[in-house]
Amino acid sequence: MSLQIKPILAALRRHKAGTLLIALQIALTLAIVCNALFIIHDRLAHIGEASGVDEASVFVIHNQWGGDQSEQEIDAQVRADMAALRQLPSVRDAAPASGYPLQGGGWDNFITMTPDQVKPTTDSAVYGGDEHLIDSLGLQLVAGRNFRPDEVATMGDQQMVIPPVVIVTRALADRLFPDGSALGKSFYAMGATPSTIIGIVQTMHRQGTSTWDRPYAGQALIWPLRRADTRGLYYVVRAKPGELAEAMREAPRALYAQTRMRIIAGKDGIQDYARIRQRAYDRDRGMAILMGVICTVLLAITAAGIVGLTSFWVGQRRKQIGVRRALGARQRDILGYFLTENLLITGGGVLLGLVLAVGMNLWLIVRFASQPMPIAYLGVGVLLLVLLGQGAVLAPALKASRVPPVEATRSV
Amino acid sequence: MLAYYFQLGLRSLRRNPWLTALMVMAIGVGVAASMITWSVFRAVSGNPIPDRSAQLFTPQVDNWGPQNNHDGEPPDGLDYVDAMALMHEHQARRQTLLYAVQLAVSPGGDRSLPLAANGYAVDGDFFPMFEVPLRYGSAWSAADDQARAAVVVLSAELNQRLFGGADSVGRTVTLSGHDYRVVGVTRHWNPQPRFFDLFSTNGFDDATDFYMPFSRALDLQLRTAGRNSCRGKLSFTTWDGWLQSNCVWITAWVQLDNPADVSTYHRFLESYAAAQQHAGRFDWAPNVRLRDVAQWLDYQHVVPPESRISLMVALGFFVICLVNTVGLLLAKFLRRAGEIGVRRALGATRREIYLQYLIEAGAVGLAGGVIGLILTSVGMASVGILFEPQIARLAHLNLSLVALTLLLAVVATMVAAFYPAWRAARVQPAWQLKSN
Repeated sequence: MSLQIKPILAALRRHKAGTLLIALQIALTLAIVCNALFIIHDRLAHIGEASGVDEASVFVIHNQWGGDQSEQEIDAQVRADMAALRQLPSVRDAAPASGYPLQGGGWDNFITMTPDQVKPTTDSAVYGGDEHLIDSLGLQLVAGRNFRPDEVATMGDQQMVIPPVVIVTRALADRLFPDGSALGKSFYAMGATPSTIIGIVQTMHRQGTSTWDRPYAGQALIWPLRRADTRGLYYVVRAKPGELAEAMREAPRALYAQTRMRIIAGKDGIQDYARIRQRAYDRDRGMAILMGVICTVLLAITAAGIVGLTSFWVGQRRKQIGVRRALGARQRDILGYFLTENLLITGGGVLLGLVLAVGMNLWLIVRFASQPMPIAYLGVGVLLLVLLGQGAVLAPALKASRVPPVEATRSV
Repeated sequence: MLAYYFQLGLRSLRRNPWLTALMVMAIGVGVAASMITWSVFRAVSGNPIPDRSAQLFTPQVDNWGPQNNHDGEPPDGLDYVDAMALMHEHQARRQTLLYAVQLAVSPGGDRSLPLAANGYAVDGDFFPMFEVPLRYGSAWSAADDQARAAVVVLSAELNQRLFGGADSVGRTVTLSGHDYRVVGVTRHWNPQPRFFDLFSTNGFDDATDFYMPFSRALDLQLRTAGRNSCRGKLSFTTWDGWLQSNCVWITAWVQLDNPADVSTYHRFLESYAAAQQHAGRFDWAPNVRLRDVAQWLDYQHVVPPESRISLMVALGFFVICLVNTVGLLLAKFLRRAGEIGVRRALGATRREIYLQYLIEAGAVGLAGGVIGLILTSVGMASVGILFEPQIARLAHLNLSLVALTLLLAVVATMVAAFYPAWRAARVQPAWQLKSN
């Protein structure tokens, strides 16, 4: 089959408006689809971040205090609550915590290597908990040891307690001590005294998922602190395998049996990790869904537009097609003509679209601190639109190829 | 004549049902996507206090210095020392400090469990400054602020839960073990975005339960339930140690009625910071800001980037739908070149042809608008899938949105029809008649 580019170009010149419109539509579609795919991929990667938590069995109780208890009373109550929770048949372990991974925001401290260093080395999420926290969250301790009960200190409302020992995530250990020698080394986290690394956990997500947290992704530390906070605290509870629902029913009952002067809110007071994860990535998921819907509908509309306009052209050129067929053109020549014509228009549109796609990405970078789009997205977008164009034009082109040669003799 | 053209338009739409359906769907989907994202954007970017936003200012003082602040900007909140000093000088007609507090309403009556209550510690000026509507009673007075009085203003919501919505002024409420006398009850009031507390919230939150005097909250050593942000080495072990630290946790607002007052206040802030430098507390030059509500909303990026991006993408999508419509209208109109030729030969002017096809496009646009309206209302119901609940609930379908949807669909389609209709009007009658 010989390529009939010259006659096609000549024909297109007679349909300038239609040609330009399809090319423009393809260009704009390419620009939006490339960027939307990139946004979707970026957000989905974010949503899939590991928390380090045994998410199938862990839930979190937000416990607020209902009266005007002293710090001593609160600390005693927290210990009693823990004993009650750990005794439940469906519960594997439980721990008090100042916060939990994917909470949405919380305590973080800057890290320095020396006490008088002014510019911080990095930032770390801070979790306070007792010696049960690692097991209660299901974190994986990969080096060193857990806290001993005698290392756990009580931290009152307005105190800044810097414990001498700390457990850090692998990410923070590697950031501070790239040579892998973190265990036994110490650092400063906004305190006058250092904390020495006694253990390293594989993964523990920060509380936050915002852009502020991104440069410090995965960097977290646990201090052996039980907070006697008059406002309240979190109880992290890990159910025995398969007994999550049971544990989530039993836990609040056990707590209210201890004292009723507490508040566990009906709506968000008890959350399992499925819900915590869902809430943490609300925006990301919403963006991905919206971009997905827009992409799909956009491609469908562009395809439908190509079908519509090409069908019109086929209808207009029935006579000419008939003449060509009568002069010896085969069906596949006609088919090839329309496919090639579409390829040329798509090609033009795609060239313009690449410029627009990069422009839109630059705008997102400048305006919204987005990442630069990898070239691969442009490749995928181009491939998608070329295939879409060819697919869309196939039906009208087949119809054109079936125009009988006798058409040439009609109405002339 | 217009009615006749409209009828012709409807008739022609029925002639190519597939092409028509395609155009109508494209316009409908494009309009709906734009409207849904627009309604969310409108809700999050609105001015929460339109008649006073230009008179309310939040002062910022850099107490962290160039080593610790963020890109040279002072921190978003004030520390205790600066906040108290600014209030003490009283350089504005009205002024308030505020921070979020979290207390528990003690059990009582038919409630056997305590009730969580989220409130703000504020000064008495808070209510007239922010035009808080009061259902019963009044705000507390400056004398109450001075006397560190145990008084409280309840929100309509908390008053409903505690007193069944009755006038509770003069009654006593026990919050975390301390008694407060109710002096006022607000009507429902939850400005969105919550411009006055962008330090601890993202601007979109549930309604506040109560307001108590700032001075009383300090006496009770109520720790902030909001953000507390510190720099450098932290060594405090007591409440007073914390108050004297560089931790920022307070937001201040002042009301300045005219530009002269604004520049006077700005000079006051500069001289305050200079005095602090002179006294050796700051070892950097004065670095202060005085932003009004609009500037503050903008600076704090209250509009989520997701909302902006999705609005832009949806508008781009709509443009593509329109380009698509231009192409399809062109095909549709020119397919009827013969008919146009006959009408022109029978005496119709170009103008009339042009008008007829524009009106036909208007009919397509109207149909697209109706589809768009249906899709918009479906989309509104599921907007919770796309945005977090606090933001999703702000988006709603109202009369202005319905009107805007229809108008946008019709106007956009007619704009898209300018070129195709022009081409139709230029059809040469002789040509068409000859070939038949």
